[in-house]
Amino acid sequence: MRPTVRPESGTEPKAVAERVDLDAEFRASNIQPLLDELDRELIGLTPIKTRIREIAALLLVARLREQRGLTSDRPTLHMSFTGKPGTGKTTVALRMASILHQLGYVRKGHLVVATRDDLVGQYVGHTAPKTKEVLKRAMGGVLFIDEAYYLHRPENERDYGQEAIEMLLQVMENQREDLVVILAGYRDRMETFFQSNPGFHSRVAHHLDFPDYALDELMAIAELMLGRQQYGLDDASRAAFREYLARRMEQPHFANARSVRNALDRAKLRQANRLLRLGGQVTDEELTRLDAADIRQSRVFGDETTDQERP
Amino acid sequence: MRITQGTFSYLPELSDEQITAQLQYCLDNEWAVSVEYTDDPHPRNAYWEMFGMPLFDLKDPAGIMQEITACRKAFPRHYIRVNGYDRRYRRQTMALSFLVNRPPEEPGFRLERQESTDRVVRYTLHAYATDRPAGERYGA
Repeated sequence: MRPTVRPESGTEPKAVAERVDLDAEFRASNIQPLLDELDRELIGLTPIKTRIREIAALLLVARLREQRGLTSDRPTLHMSFTGKPGTGKTTVALRMASILHQLGYVRKGHLVVATRDDLVGQYVGHTAPKTKEVLKRAMGGVLFIDEAYYLHRPENERDYGQEAIEMLLQVMENQREDLVVILAGYRDRMETFFQSNPGFHSRVAHHLDFPDYALDELMAIAELMLGRQQYGLDDASRAAFREYLARRMEQPHFANARSVRNALDRAKLRQANRLLRLGGQVTDEELTRLDAADIRQSRVFGDETTDQERP
Repeated sequence: MRITQGTFSYLPELSDEQITAQLQYCLDNEWAVSVEYTDDPHPRNAYWEMFGMPLFDLKDPAGIMQEITACRKAFPRHYIRVNGYDRRYRRQTMALSFLVNRPPEEPGFRLERQESTDRVVRYTLHAYATDRPAGERYGA
């Protein structure tokens, strides 16, 4: 066995070509810091992280093969991200852009976010220039199409969405070296979308499903968010927030990490109000700490609240 | 007569890779790029037709190359140039402008002399191509 220490990644390719030092290549590619950052800043999402590792390995091997003069087709990397709201689709897309850039798959590594409004026009002949504009802007980077299924309106056969879809398909096929397209949306609706547009389904190589977060993961996300904003929870408020999340998860329109962020924003609002009402001197510690009371005032706790806030 | 207008015009024709590299330079400097065409080669003809929209907000030259290719396809026998506009305050001018397409045959110019008062002679250039109406110059 080779004496060098292997980087931690478990999914790194095992195949060893005769004289290529995979470890050195892996280190030189600087992917590990990116993957570490991913691990640090994205809670949970294990299947997604695994897939990103696999893609990274695939690209690294493809590059090595190219260096060794072995034929390697350029892998197709168009992806679809499915999952409930707030499960981190956009965040991962952003990371994906920089990972693909690091691996030399895309030239620039910027992310262009587009929805139906950015692609589809309002009258005849309006769609093509609009879509072209967005595609041109995304060249060299990643085009992220949020709620992609809105492009296709089966109930209206004269809808201009179809035109945008055709242009997208053409670019996805012919200009694979210029951009990567990521389609995102709810899982069931994406599936219907792919069924009615088989062209998309065959051109999208990677289907990533974002799972909902568990309670513990949501707590970890909350702590991470607060830490970044230099706020903190004490034991009482941590318990309160946990209880809040448990109740909130049962309610409709729960949007995972986004709901956590909104809840924390409202808690911060109440904290500010509470501090102002108290007046007098405050310490840094008080400015940082969210009290259990700030959280328990939420409408989610139903009975014991004044009904003053929105979900 | 090979017309020399804009940057690089005394060099051999740029290849597509070289054009891409120049475009990348424009984008790195945050210059707004546009593609223009004309069939009036007079050196004082400053206002060419713009092909499509000006290309703002691009990160990568692939989008511009796509536009150039489309323009070449639409006007294979026209002059096509690419401009890089530096919008910075106090510069606000074309920073780079070079030809990316020219007609296969360029008939050139003739010198015209105009007699004026007191035996003064005024000189001007006249492009042979412009004897024909716009769109029909340089053959079909």
